[in-house]
Amino acid sequence: MTTVIAKKTVLGQDVAKADMPTTDSTMITIIRQSSIIGKGVPKPDAPDKAIGRTRYINDLQLPLMLVGKILHTDRVHARIKNIDVTAAKSLPGVHTVLTGEDIPELRFGCRRDNVPLKRGKVRCTRDEIAAVAADTEEIATHALRLIKVEYEDLPTVFSPGEALQDNAPLIHDECPGNRGLLYEFSAGDIAQAETDSDVVLETSFDLPYVTHCCMGTSCVIADFDANGKLTIYSQTQAPYNYKMDLAPALGMHAGDIRVIQPPVGGAFGSKLDVYPFEPICVLLAKATGRPVKLMFSREEEFINSPTRQPVEVHLRTGVKKDGTLLFRDADCLLNNGAYTSWGSTVPVVMMRTFSSHFRVPNVRFNGLAVYTNHPYAGAFRGYGNVQATYCTATQMDMLAEMVHMDPIAFRLKNAQVPGEITPQKALLRDCTLADCIQLAASKSDFLNKHATYANQRAKPGGIKHGIGIASSIHVSGGAKIHKSDGCGSILKLDDYARATLITGASEIGQGIDAVLCQIVSEELGIPTSDITIVNNDSAIGPWDVGVHASRTTFVAGNSALRAARAAKKQILKAAAKVSNLPVDELDLRRGQVVQANSGVPVTRLDKLLRDMHFQRHSELVMVTDYYEPPSEPEDKNHMGDLSASWAYAAYVAEVSVDTETGEIEVNKITVAQDVGRVMNRIGLEGQIEGGIAIGLGYALSEQLQLEEGKVQNPCFRDYKVMTAPDMPELDLHFVESNCPEGPLGAKGVAELPAIVTAPAVANAVYNAIGIRFFDPPMSPEKVARALYQQQNQ
Amino acid sequence: MSLQVPIEFTLNGRSTRVTVPPDMSALAMLRDKFDLTGTKLACGEGECGACTILVDDVSVNSCLMFAVDCDGRQVQTIEGLRTDQGLDPIQHAFVDHGAIQCGFCTPGMIMQAKYLVQKNPAVSRQEIKRNLEGNLCRCTGYRKIVDAIADVASSLNNVDTP
Repeated sequence: MTTVIAKKTVLGQDVAKADMPTTDSTMITIIRQSSIIGKGVPKPDAPDKAIGRTRYINDLQLPLMLVGKILHTDRVHARIKNIDVTAAKSLPGVHTVLTGEDIPELRFGCRRDNVPLKRGKVRCTRDEIAAVAADTEEIATHALRLIKVEYEDLPTVFSPGEALQDNAPLIHDECPGNRGLLYEFSAGDIAQAETDSDVVLETSFDLPYVTHCCMGTSCVIADFDANGKLTIYSQTQAPYNYKMDLAPALGMHAGDIRVIQPPVGGAFGSKLDVYPFEPICVLLAKATGRPVKLMFSREEEFINSPTRQPVEVHLRTGVKKDGTLLFRDADCLLNNGAYTSWGSTVPVVMMRTFSSHFRVPNVRFNGLAVYTNHPYAGAFRGYGNVQATYCTATQMDMLAEMVHMDPIAFRLKNAQVPGEITPQKALLRDCTLADCIQLAASKSDFLNKHATYANQRAKPGGIKHGIGIASSIHVSGGAKIHKSDGCGSILKLDDYARATLITGASEIGQGIDAVLCQIVSEELGIPTSDITIVNNDSAIGPWDVGVHASRTTFVAGNSALRAARAAKKQILKAAAKVSNLPVDELDLRRGQVVQANSGVPVTRLDKLLRDMHFQRHSELVMVTDYYEPPSEPEDKNHMGDLSASWAYAAYVAEVSVDTETGEIEVNKITVAQDVGRVMNRIGLEGQIEGGIAIGLGYALSEQLQLEEGKVQNPCFRDYKVMTAPDMPELDLHFVESNCPEGPLGAKGVAELPAIVTAPAVANAVYNAIGIRFFDPPMSPEKVARALYQQQNQ
Repeated sequence: MSLQVPIEFTLNGRSTRVTVPPDMSALAMLRDKFDLTGTKLACGEGECGACTILVDDVSVNSCLMFAVDCDGRQVQTIEGLRTDQGLDPIQHAFVDHGAIQCGFCTPGMIMQAKYLVQKNPAVSRQEIKRNLEGNLCRCTGYRKIVDAIADVASSLNNVDTP
């Protein structure tokens, strides 16, 4: 099923020093046939998860722990005239009831426009107006019902266009015109490029609200010690930034917050930011002097947790008759909702797609987030690139047809080559976009099928078949959006040659622990079962920016690799002294120090470690590393080589469309993705397959329905995620480009599947029925309606 | 609120006696009365399958079942699958195939898989997919879960499933 295309060096050969730069030029990694890299390694946490022993945050109970509950408003824009909590407070078993009046008005969030408990007015359905801590959930729920709130409703506004009108209601008094974050970029000369273009395509897209649907609902436990220091059990996927982001909401020093990360039931970006329920839980714990746990029900999760950022995109693209792309001109309006979370910052990524998904010399981008009375968005796997690639990949398909080129030739003509620099100054060191497109096309017999299905469109028959391709580019070597994009590691070996890697990288189910075990195992020649990963306590782990931007294998992997190499160097130096052999003739394999060329054992590793430890000048193998990727932050004009590596993917979707019912069945997805190097094969496949499922949901069925600002479908019955029978046949092919800066050649992989799947399906649907959908999801009713209109035109 | 009903049933092979409020779900009883937190609460309305258990060898959403209805029955949870010999073959297969990422759906998936394979050791790949429809997973895309179950089924039959 899986083909590996090796562009450079793979198994069985030495990887040259030049390809594997390290700080220590004496170290060479020999990639042996027996290497564990590239094999399928079960996750170390999987057995406990399989027997039901894993203690997720949702399962944790602390002695004397109280249950916290939040009263969310039932309005979307209203002044709070009065809140009466008297009855709730006097209910037996209630320990405290808090409202905005009881706490200092401390602001948090990326624009400091949010507070934990709202005071004065509410701005969206998600707004928190009171919170209770009680002995049981039943009592807490009862107490919420006893709280009486009087409101004075205010005029509402839900669309960004209307919110920008002069007479629109103001969401925040201090934000005139409801204008939130603004992102602008331009390069080249759009006017000249437009004059030079033979075809200009202008399309409007409307990208929906979708939500993460983590199987474990949002949960937090707050616990103060007698010194006033906070221990917070959190689902965060960015524990060190979490301290920094949580502190302002509490008026605390970030250094007094310790973050414990128990296992979580999914994250997908939803746990990058701090949300009000978290400081609220802390405030309840502070008020009661008891640990407090606050956990959402599924309905609360649908209504109150973040979404993917909805965007209205107006995209104009110019192309010459010969198929050369000349410009892209994108205007994006983001529905900010009532407060600013990470969702509103996605234009940073969107503009990268518009300026670098294929060679586009002239680019203009404008992205404005506009406050409305809607719920607000957060980060979600793909982070803006899902939205932007839906637009660019759809337009590439349309443009090929407009200039009468075959869809593959048109894309290949505009695909960048290695060494190109994008208008935003990203250096595409090892660009494999063309390789991915060609591989996906050949493996799926794309051109034949595409022509055949297009010819069958007008013929009779209720079921139409289609094939479509979409590609994209995404960061795969970190993304320097913070001052540091690094990750720290502490590696120690004990007297029994067991290793412990303390890493800043968080395990949120994605499987980084397995990859880090492989890297340490590969370098130190010990089995993965002899390696323990510790990464659940901010007081122990060294700093990391967090799990985002497909960065963890790359950044945490590099840090672990460098730590392991430093440990190896120390060990081999000691071994050389003991054996009187030159250090560069020694290696670590199978728990032994061996002669590198012959493999002949020199000494057992555990014995050597004990000898090093229990001697007169005793030494312990215990090293630290902090890896900062060689990328640069964007300047004020959004220029800069933001990532140490860029990755590419091209996916082909094959669909059947029932023209009677409008139902789309996705039959097969063919994947060609540049992964740098396969590390953990089953983990890699799992990331791709899971990302495809999220992409299919975006294409076909998922949409949080909002009416007058309220969520209409807060349950799995009405919000349809992909199920097992919905999943198509998958054919995965990996392009191994052996990224020079990547750990053992690897690149980040996890977001591209979610990015390219939906537009591939949309292009396939066009191939089948000749209709474009600019507003996913392509639900049966939407498709059936479009078919009806097509027939009656 | 104070009404309690005594019930007796077999829980993971041991006979058990407990008193529960009549409105308590089987899920809440397992988690809160027995600390069997392997069975997950993810939706509480029978839509996601994370709380799947076996009652008299039939898979059930324990969030939709009253605890009192366990009276006199055989109840098996994820914790009860493990034997003295170690993990159940299905648990092994989930680990080895990479069918587990965050793992929150895993106990329910494995119990549903156990039910399927017990009922029909010759269960086909298509039947596996169809019968997992009520068990949601947001991480894996289901392929490796289906692979794991098909692998166990085929080893029970010693033939390849299609």
